[in-house]
Amino acid sequence: MTTASQREQGRNLGLYATLLPPLIWMSLLYFVPLLILISYSFWRLESYDIIREFSLINFQTIFGNAAYRAVLLRTIGTALIVTLIDIVIALPVGFFIARYGGRYRTLLTVLVILPLWSSYLVRVFAWKVILGYNGVLNNALLSLGLLQQPSSLFLYNQFSTLLTFVHIWLPFMILPVITAFERLPVSLLEASADLNAGPWTTFRRISFPLALPGVLAGSISVFALTMGDFITPSLVGSTNGILLGNVVSSQFGVAYNWPLGAAFTLVVVVIVFVALTLVSRWGALESL
Amino acid sequence: MTNMVIPSVTPTQLADRPPDTPKNPGQPQPWALGAWTLLTYAFLYLPISVLIVLSFNHSKILSLPLKGWTLDWYQTALNDQALRSAFANSLKVAAVATVLATLFGLLAAFAIYRYQFFGKKGFRIALTLPILLPGVVTGVAMLAYFSNLGLQLSLWTVILGHAVFGLPVALGPILARLGQFPRSLEEAAYDLGARPQQVFRDVIFPYIRSAVISGALLAFTLSFDEVVVTIFLTGRDNTLPMEIWARLRTDITPEIAAAATLVLLVSTVVILLNEWISSSE
Repeated sequence: MTTASQREQGRNLGLYATLLPPLIWMSLLYFVPLLILISYSFWRLESYDIIREFSLINFQTIFGNAAYRAVLLRTIGTALIVTLIDIVIALPVGFFIARYGGRYRTLLTVLVILPLWSSYLVRVFAWKVILGYNGVLNNALLSLGLLQQPSSLFLYNQFSTLLTFVHIWLPFMILPVITAFERLPVSLLEASADLNAGPWTTFRRISFPLALPGVLAGSISVFALTMGDFITPSLVGSTNGILLGNVVSSQFGVAYNWPLGAAFTLVVVVIVFVALTLVSRWGALESL
Repeated sequence: MTNMVIPSVTPTQLADRPPDTPKNPGQPQPWALGAWTLLTYAFLYLPISVLIVLSFNHSKILSLPLKGWTLDWYQTALNDQALRSAFANSLKVAAVATVLATLFGLLAAFAIYRYQFFGKKGFRIALTLPILLPGVVTGVAMLAYFSNLGLQLSLWTVILGHAVFGLPVALGPILARLGQFPRSLEEAAYDLGARPQQVFRDVIFPYIRSAVISGALLAFTLSFDEVVVTIFLTGRDNTLPMEIWARLRTDITPEIAAAATLVLLVSTVVILLNEWISSSE
């Protein structure tokens, strides 16, 4: 038998043994790097040398330059539109699987996850194959007689970027929505029906509000994923449709202006944090 | 891509309700919802199916119409030395990163579940940051850090990067399962004189084992497919996604489609295995 004081001592030991290793590990590999990144954003580049003095010049560059402002707005707009479209697609799917999936619910859920397990790059690339000049879509439209000659309208533009984003992040929206609708007590829906609420009213006033944390959890994933991605715009987007992620990667790559790149990264971080704060009010973080 | 928050499917949570049937005329007819769902699945699977079909195409370029069926691209992919070594590198990276991520994730989950300490909520959120923030943030932050330390980029820096976003990925399912653990079992074990290590090994761990496996598999598969963080941290040795990324910008042949189909096949087996493990417990 262990005495109470031994137990107390053991508790502290157990706390240190379980808390400290991950804390130190993540501090050394993630939190310190983040702080270094932040400090970079206040430094500046002068003739290919990083001057380690506090300055706000990078942020002046970002917000003062019309082209950079356009990238910023385009990125936020794209992320919001993609999130919205994914919500519209995912809500009925999640509702159907949770309410009517029956014994196929597990199978249907696994089928939503499965595409995530095929290479992300290859999925993006597949859209290029589908939308391209010699692509699947053009071929189909030609053989249906809807087009006389292949069209180059489908690829390398805002449309192809949006479509690809909506597609690759969709599972991240559907999964939390399914979970949210599954937690919905059936008795509430029956009570609502007993009180003569129509299906639409029940959905609007009961199901949707209760599923909202799940929807928001999916939204923050999709939003953040789009905010930082640069693969999709560079594979299927147009040259003047670049997003913040592209700017960051080129500043850390070919342009070699790490302070400016770090400042852009910080802008992405702040935007995602604002979004996180907004959605966490409705309990989205607990559903993550 | 790192922002992966994939709730794992627990069969107990799924199988407890009988199939629903519309009970009164006011209930929505599910056929419209069903049709919408079907269309969504078609949308989800369209790109993958196109690639699978094109991997069998008797043509040097990835395009339609089909010029005839062949298995040549599979042979080319399997014999491709660069693809093979990239595949081996990916396995190595994912394996080491998964062990690290799961180990630290397990410890962190246990600290959060078992103890009260100052800043607990902050600790929980801080650990989740690598998947809440876009992967590009993790990538450039670690790049700047490693370069300040004078560390040469290599598969090891990639492993560390993957281990960092793997931790919250593994943490999620483990923490969720620990939350369902009946505390009384633990108390009973202590009352019977078990030492803390014994309680963990014989009582708690068996209860959370399948969640640990799920978390580890999730971390593994995400690492295996990771592009954004890897781009910034990789040295001379390519992982499979890096090799594919390099080729997508130069020579694009159905070989890549064949390689992707093979990877998808393996992943499907892994997923089914995971579902089987968690449903047999």
